[in-house]
Amino acid sequence: MSDTDNTAPDADGHRNVIEVRDLVTHYGDRMILKGISMDVRADEIMVIMGGSGSGKSTLLRHLMALEHHTSGTMRILGQDIDELSGVELVELRQKLGVAFQGGALFSSMTVGENVMLPLFEHTKLDRKTMEIMTRMKLQVVELGGFENLMPSELSGGMIKRAAFARAIVMDPKILFCDEPSAGLDPVVASQLDDLILLLRDALGMTVVVVTHELESAFKIADRITVLDRGHILFIGTPDELRASDNQRIQNLLNRVAEDDAMDADTYLNRLTGETPAYRPL
Amino acid sequence: MTPTDTRNPIVVMTERIGRAVVAGVEEIGLGAMMVIESFYWLIFGRREKQAVRFGAIAEQCMAIGIQAVPIIALLAATIGMMLAIQGIHTLRIFGAESRVTIGISFSVVREFAPLITGIVIAGRSGSALAARIGTMKINQEVDALYVMGINPVRFLVVPSLVAMLIMLPALTLFSDFVGLFFAGVYVNLDLGISLAAYADETIELLSVDDLMHGLGKSVIFSFLIAVIGVVNGASVQGGAEGVGKATTRAVVQSISAIIVTDMLFAFVVTR
Repeated sequence: MSDTDNTAPDADGHRNVIEVRDLVTHYGDRMILKGISMDVRADEIMVIMGGSGSGKSTLLRHLMALEHHTSGTMRILGQDIDELSGVELVELRQKLGVAFQGGALFSSMTVGENVMLPLFEHTKLDRKTMEIMTRMKLQVVELGGFENLMPSELSGGMIKRAAFARAIVMDPKILFCDEPSAGLDPVVASQLDDLILLLRDALGMTVVVVTHELESAFKIADRITVLDRGHILFIGTPDELRASDNQRIQNLLNRVAEDDAMDADTYLNRLTGETPAYRPL
Repeated sequence: MTPTDTRNPIVVMTERIGRAVVAGVEEIGLGAMMVIESFYWLIFGRREKQAVRFGAIAEQCMAIGIQAVPIIALLAATIGMMLAIQGIHTLRIFGAESRVTIGISFSVVREFAPLITGIVIAGRSGSALAARIGTMKINQEVDALYVMGINPVRFLVVPSLVAMLIMLPALTLFSDFVGLFFAGVYVNLDLGISLAAYADETIELLSVDDLMHGLGKSVIFSFLIAVIGVVNGASVQGGAEGVGKATTRAVVQSISAIIVTDMLFAFVVTR
């Protein structure tokens, strides 16, 4: 039985691999996510968008079970992550792959060793088999023959592709991608978009992508979630997003900057530095 | 203090001291947790399906211990000869320079070998540990370990801690021999005492307790260097500048901790 079979279909008949309900998170005293509820369906590419400070990176870290939330529930592959033991969480994480924004390749290891690491840590395969699997995954991302290079010898696009190879080496059920196109030229960014589509179609993965690249989002997304100041502003297909008459969404799509309304006293306080944090005792 | 901070300076100072104390206690707590968690993974790692790998420990033993042999040998030889020079110079005032072996033996084995070895390893490996963990943290490599289901303490900290616990006492022992040998060479050249006679007298003077005094200190130094390196690396914030600050801080704290602990150890054990 596959892991997605552990999840019961929702009212619309979709099997959700991720279910988030009323998620509230804080950094210190600051509330970042203010009651997020969303689902990610099996085999879809869900793109999470939003401006800077909208909470999209924070949401991704929570979806990857890297942070503790203040309240709410989160089920990944049918398992409530609050109820998992340490061993169960490790087992769950083996079904998740993550391609970090900067690649997060281990600089002291070769590209091949980086990709092989999850196999080395979590399987009892012999080294020859692991090397074959590593080469196969590197070929999927068109990095065949680069396994003996160090990460410092790769270009930005190659680092991202190597990170994808490491993320998929355990054949994860869900692949998370943090800003895959950031810092890349349009051609390489487009190649990465194609790679994400290929991974979903050929390997049957559910993909969650955080990005602020509109072109990339519309190209790869089955559905898009738009976050705004810790709230969900929109969840739907790219066509539904384009057709939305919400002003904030239109501002995002048309790259129109938004200024927060600020009263005169607050503005004066900001200029003079007399914010509440420095108010005299 | 910010340009707009108009509070009473005493209040500001008290607040700063309070924050520093809390931060210090937090770091000590984090260090203690790291040590406890490290031993947990060493003992129960296999049960948790994350056994500590021998290969990783061996790799760290090479980096921390074997690669440090040349510099430790150089410094131990220099310290041994320096003690011989100073000892002979001082004792010559009383016409007792032939008794220099006593001072050299105890000084090298009980004090200088563990101290100089600890300081070199703090500067060399403690800083490297802080820089490595700090860099991995800012590059999201630590996050990558978590999402791959690899516990960073088991993967990064345990091999370094175990290697430190093995190699620092081993290097201290090596330092003992090198320091004593080169002191003997100088004594032989200056006073004409043969190396065999010098060795006989040294063996007669030193007891197992003296050896264990030095080695015991080196075990404590191992903990201090590893924990301070890891805590500073794990506390890195910001980019490359943060790593630089953490590395410097790790070295300064390690060397300070080693010297203070050395004095406390000597005070407790020799009285």
